[in-house]
This record gives sequence, C-alpha cells and structure tokens, in this order.
Amino acid sequence: MSFVGRSDAERRAMLERIGAATIEDLWGAIPAEFRVAGALPLPPPLAEYEISKRFEADAARNADSGRYACFLGAGIYDHFIPAAVRALTSRSEYATAYTPYQPEVAQGTLQVIFEYQSMIRELTGMEVANASMYDAGTAAAEAAQMAAAAKSRRRVIVSAGLHPHHRQVLATYASAGNFKIVETPLTGGRTDLAAAKAAFGADAAAFLWAQPNFEGIVEDGAVLTEAAHAAGAYSVAVADPIALSVLTPPGAQGADIVVGEGQPLGVPMSYGGPLVGFFAIRKSDVRRLPGRLSGVTADLDGRRGFVLTLQTREQHIRRERATSNICTNQGLMALANTIHLALLGAQGMRDVALQCLERTHYLAARVARVPGVSIAHGAPFFREFVLHLPGPAASFVEHALGANLLAGVPLSRFDRGRPNDLLVAVTEKRTREEMDRYASTLAAWVGSRAAAPAEEAACPR
Amino acid sequence: MNVPKDLRYTKEHEWIRSKQGEVEVGITEYAQGELGDVIFVDLPPVGTKVAAMKTFGSIDAVKTVSDLFAPVAGEIVAVNGSLKDNPALVNQSPYEQGWMVRIRVENPAEVTALLTSDDYEKLLGAHA
Repeated sequence: MSFVGRSDAERRAMLERIGAATIEDLWGAIPAEFRVAGALPLPPPLAEYEISKRFEADAARNADSGRYACFLGAGIYDHFIPAAVRALTSRSEYATAYTPYQPEVAQGTLQVIFEYQSMIRELTGMEVANASMYDAGTAAAEAAQMAAAAKSRRRVIVSAGLHPHHRQVLATYASAGNFKIVETPLTGGRTDLAAAKAAFGADAAAFLWAQPNFEGIVEDGAVLTEAAHAAGAYSVAVADPIALSVLTPPGAQGADIVVGEGQPLGVPMSYGGPLVGFFAIRKSDVRRLPGRLSGVTADLDGRRGFVLTLQTREQHIRRERATSNICTNQGLMALANTIHLALLGAQGMRDVALQCLERTHYLAARVARVPGVSIAHGAPFFREFVLHLPGPAASFVEHALGANLLAGVPLSRFDRGRPNDLLVAVTEKRTREEMDRYASTLAAWVGSRAAAPAEEAACPR
Repeated sequence: MNVPKDLRYTKEHEWIRSKQGEVEVGITEYAQGELGDVIFVDLPPVGTKVAAMKTFGSIDAVKTVSDLFAPVAGEIVAVNGSLKDNPALVNQSPYEQGWMVRIRVENPAEVTALLTSDDYEKLLGAHA
C-alpha cells in the first residue's frame, strides 16, 4: 500500500474550506499542556538509499530462517513456498473488494473460496468447509461453541495435546459463558483415554483433540472419536494439513468437526502471523456453521456462478441469535492455501508429508545416539518430537545459534516444570547436512557440559 | 387476507388452533408474505417445555430470520417433520400443512386470552 503525502496547496485548500487560517488554528483546541513544545526529538532525515542501508543492517541482526536452519515448529512450520504462490496472490485480480457480497462483481474471489472449501473438505474428509477463520485457535474455539449450541450442553473436554495457545483462546471464549472447559492430560505424550472418559460425564458437548498433538505425537483418532460419541459428545479434531495428506483424515474416523492451521500451506512464518484457520463439518450441521460459505449455482441463463450461501446463519442477518459473531474470512491467506494446494496436488502433498516424516525420524535417530539425550515419548510422531536433554533446553538453543541452527522451542516456555525438554520440528526443507550439524552441535554441547558441570548453576532456567 | 374465524392469534402473527387440551401453532398468511420464501424452520425437539411469549424456535427466509414465540406455556408434544425437507409449506399452506408445533397447554385460560380473528384483522388493519 503506498502512502501519498499532501502538498502545501492541498493543505491550504483544506484549511480554507473548514475556515482555519493555519494548522495552529486547528490544533488550538488542544490544551497547551498536552501539546509537544518545539520539534520532536527525531534524528535528521535520510535519503532513500541511506534509509534502505540502515534497515538492511538492522534486519541482518535477526536470526532468520534464510540464514539459519530452522527446527522451530510448535504450531508454525518452515515449509517451502513455491514462488508462484507469492506471484499469483499478488495479482490485482484478487485485490477486489474486501466483502464479496455482490456476486456480480466478485466471481473471482467467490470461486477461489469455493475451491478452497472443496480442497479443505478433501483434506479433512468432511462434507462442508467454510471460507476460513482467523487461525486454528479461533477455529477450535468456534468449534467448541458450535458443539455446545448443537448439543445444548456446556462442558467441553479439551486434551492437553492441543497447542497451549489454542487452549488459551478456548479459555478466552469460555469466559463469555457459552461453554466451560475441562482439560484432560497426556500420558506418554498421548491423550490419556481413561482420564478423558472419566472427564466426559453425562453432559459433555465436545471432546477436542489434536492430530498430531502439540508434542508431535500421532493420536488414535478413531478411538478418541468413539469415546466422545459414546458420551454423546462431538469429536472435534484440531489437525495439521500436511499430516492429513498421509494420515487417515479425522472425517473418515467419524469426527464431527475438523479444524486446523493453514499456515503450512503457502503462508510465510513471518513473526507468528497472520495465520489462517480451516473449519470443516458434516452437512447435517450446516446451519450452525460459523463464518462464510461460498456456493455454486446457476444464473438465469443457466451459466455457472458463485454466491455466498446460507447467509441467514451469519451475524449480519441473525444478529444476536447467530452461533458466531464471525462473518468474515482470512481471504488473502486462504487464497495462498488454495494456490499452494493446487500447485502441489494430492501427490505433491503426500511427497511433502513423507519427506517431513523421514527427515524427522532421521534426526531423531541421530540425536538419540548422543549420550544423555533421549526422545521423550515412545509413541509414533510425525514432523515434530520432544527431545529430553541432560541440561536446560534454553541453554542448548542459545549454544546452537553459534552453529546457525534454530534448534527448537524449549517447552519451559509453556511449562516451567519441563526445563530440559525441547520441541524439535523437521520439515522437507531440512538437509542431511543441517541435521548432521544439529546432531554434532548437540553432542558438542553435551560434551562441554560434562567437562564443566558448574555451568548448570549459571544457566537461566 | 385469509384470517380463518376458528383460530386464535398473537401480535407476533402466529395462529393457534385448539384441539382437546393441545394447541397447534403456525404463522399467519400475512406473516409468511412479509417474510418471503421460507428456507428453514428451526424447531425444538418433542418434550421441550416452553414459556408463554418466549422464543421456542426460529424461521429463516432468504434474507431475514425471525423468532417464533410460544403463544402459551406448556410442553411440545409434536413437531411438523415435513418442514425439514419442505419449508416452503409455510408459504404454500400457512394454516394447514405449514403448522409448526403442537403444545400441551398448561393453563387453558391462556388460550382464551389470545386474540380472536376479529382482533387480529383489526391489528392487520392498523399495519395496512
């Protein structure tokens, strides 16, 4: 978006029109004590070239994923984005009006949304997908709200395998009073089925579980769904779209709602956003679907056209009776998802997923050989795993920066009781050289600690 | 405007047909005309208790949604299942096939207190 300043002539014209002689006249209404006296304490102006050098130098101080091998995950992943995604999403044809309520001027946008919905349906194994949500966290919370309304029940059982941030968003939604959260623990990295069953009781509206879960473990979706249904609750999966191309989709396991984060599908990591959530359901619940829905229809001459569909669900018509107050979507990010999925196709998605799986297990096998280091859980994992270290994970992460590695996310950020656990993600972008460097860097760190055990006390926990 | 003499009415443009301790409820011809094409009727399950003049469901037209109000207190004993697949019955036959729910009445005095067809015609006159 470009910024065009005002000329002196334009300022004079505007002041004249409102009857002010000078800009000082206009600001005269602001009491003197709230006005800045004199010039702002800013550095002198720079030429465009000087500014670009200055910002390049500042940006070079960041440890970015271009220069560092990125093993960070925990909800946002370093997958390759083909140049075509950026080139196509930037085309002016897609920069149409924000709100595609007018099908006669928004066919391009509406068709993209329709195709996005179709692809999400296929990935999740569900019958209907909406036009997208803000992110996986809000999608999970909307799913809890929808289930509570559908079941006329208020208790929502949430597996501790959900991302801690998603659980926080759920708690924020729950504070409005439409539902109440009961959290159930993991055992050995997996959702504890017995504990979940005990938590259901007779009035659970939904059971939320993640696939794979926050610690990278693949859950048994069929068993979790069966347990939810036995308690009369909806089974709600928060699923990763890359994993969905090789795992049995939750829809095929009987899940009632499948949501997830679309960032791995062509959206840059940025600094943690913007993200995009997907949301898919069974057709029988379509009147409770939050958000927008694009449908295909025929015009008076029988030609194919796309329109927003079932809008009476939405807040601008149903107002306070709407199940959700979201009637927008994450258009640009969903567009990137659509183009990315179309470029890769089903086979490409499977290839990416299998490469992630193979590389993750390669790295896990390498690092598990380092003395004192172990893989925290024995259960199957997909693209991410928890590494249990012989010292503080934060200290290893700091050390690995020296080898140009972003080594992972210390779990102490979410749970202070786990200082030595590190969450490590491996995408298809990681090379054998990078993974071997990771293993040797870890071995060197462990070795240096064995040589100087006093370091422990100095390490921040 | 068709306002059958044998029915009772409410200000919310619903009609009530009394049948041995129960009432059948629907929306009037005037109401369906104001709403336009009905595309969905959201009704509660049989067994639901309803309170007089409180919402018990909603009716979706193409561009608007309207609440349905229970004319009297009681329990829902039947729901018109045909509306699920064919909500247009509300437009085509508002007083017969377009009925919505049957309520077992708690207090018969509430029924006799409802508007008569004459009262309702007067109300419509005020709208016209």
